[in-house]
Amino acid sequence: MAAARVAIVGAGPAGAFAADRLLRARGDVEVDLFERLPTPWGLLRAGVAPDHQEIKRLDETFDQQTLGRGCRFFGDVEVGVDVSHDELMRHYTAVIYATGAQTDKSLGIPGEELAGSWPATEFVAWYNGHPDYRELQFDLSSRRAVVIGNGNVAADVTRMLTLSPAELEHTDVADHALEALRHSRVEDVAVLGRRGPAQAAFTSAELRELGRLDGVDLRVDADEVELDPLSQRWLAEQGTFTARKNVALLREFAARPPRSESRRAIVLRFLRSPVEIRGDGRVEAIDVRRNEIVQAGDGSLRPRPADEAVETIECGLVLRSVGYRAVPLPGVPFDERSFVLPNDGGRVLAAGGEPLPGVYAVGWIKRGPTGILGTNKRDAEETVACLAEDLAAGALPAPEHAGSEQIDALLAERKPELVTIDGWRAIDADELRNGREAGRPRVKLASRDELLAAAR
Amino acid sequence: MTYVIAGSCIKDDSCIEVCPVDCIHPKPGAPDFETAEQLYIDPGLCIDCDACVEACPVDAIFADFEVPEKFAYALELNAEFFEESGTAERTAA
Repeated sequence: MAAARVAIVGAGPAGAFAADRLLRARGDVEVDLFERLPTPWGLLRAGVAPDHQEIKRLDETFDQQTLGRGCRFFGDVEVGVDVSHDELMRHYTAVIYATGAQTDKSLGIPGEELAGSWPATEFVAWYNGHPDYRELQFDLSSRRAVVIGNGNVAADVTRMLTLSPAELEHTDVADHALEALRHSRVEDVAVLGRRGPAQAAFTSAELRELGRLDGVDLRVDADEVELDPLSQRWLAEQGTFTARKNVALLREFAARPPRSESRRAIVLRFLRSPVEIRGDGRVEAIDVRRNEIVQAGDGSLRPRPADEAVETIECGLVLRSVGYRAVPLPGVPFDERSFVLPNDGGRVLAAGGEPLPGVYAVGWIKRGPTGILGTNKRDAEETVACLAEDLAAGALPAPEHAGSEQIDALLAERKPELVTIDGWRAIDADELRNGREAGRPRVKLASRDELLAAAR
Repeated sequence: MTYVIAGSCIKDDSCIEVCPVDCIHPKPGAPDFETAEQLYIDPGLCIDCDACVEACPVDAIFADFEVPEKFAYALELNAEFFEESGTAERTAA
């Protein structure tokens, strides 16, 4: 019999790395990976942009290092709905939460809820074929779209709005999105950053890519690229390699002659904060104010309104990309201020601050929505080290139902059609075969019904 | 010659684990590791063994004569990363 049985909740990158690290650290542990969708790998499948196929190759590593090492997969099973936290605790020695950050932060400005104003994360889920977002209808009939935010999600959605249909056809963008984007009349995308070029959160790779898209003119005003004295000093003394690259790239872009023959344009605007989204029943314009950079008490550089002047940008679509946010999980403590499970190195803490025996966290639900894919590997190592230490110390008592038969029986009763590894492999094979026939990397099955049918 | 890391790097540190001459930086724990958008190979030290290429789960590492056009900038970028603080200083730190 296994020394311990561990449930990991959420099969995204953090859950996959945790399973991998756990199986390497303790060969005598059994791991079950629970996922509310029929498919594994979370944002690798539903977040990473379709034109970044090379990154999606990480799925092969996940497959070999987790499923290939004997980890079981229970897809289409939602913890907190189909099976409760307490039930998991009665069937497993330990539970690791890897549920990520499932919702978006809001801007808190009037008009945010108007039709045509969307969290960028919903647009991302839609074009990546996430089954819960398939029915969304994005109105792409107006000339201008505005993207609020300066991070990599903002860069991704900006590229997806400007790539040509021919380029999109070589990706695994969901068919419904490909069809809608094919008829898009968006000609320019304005990207608003509330701080300056030195503080933009883009990686230089993403920024460089925006500036080198075929048939797309990237415009940035030379005045907006000029750094204020505070930012100049910060860049020279403490600026990261990426920040210095970003500023150099933006100067290069600002100095380029306009490319009049372009199909589309991307306009980067810095030091601009949205103050209101306006329109009669749907988005027609966005009002923005100019900021200046000031030094806060803690030494950090922050934006502050520079004057009262309001600039109106007409647009028909607004994508708000100002960050992800986690939601509380039923039956588990939640830190309402930091939007994470309260934890110490991955050990989830009870209200009194003491560890909750057998409950762990990894990934965004542990540290907040920061870092890139590989960050989760080291994060998982930390959490798994805590778990292994607790196991070795005898701090984790055997659960009431120590064998796998009982959880199998419970799941057979609650979710008789759950997706197993074989089911996922059948979905994967179907999508890859359809992709080969269409000359694409993959054609995604984008509804739960299609996914579940393919899994049977 | 040297190998170079492209912008599709996900900062999975598999390459660092296998590099026999420790020429891939920043390493986990280094002050600039968390803010680095990718890892870089020091062209002055790379011995061209290709262990990192085998280890990379997203195929982000290329021989300098095989870098795809869209990642052509990476050659200069990797070298530039070590101009201010080279591997020798990093190892001594």
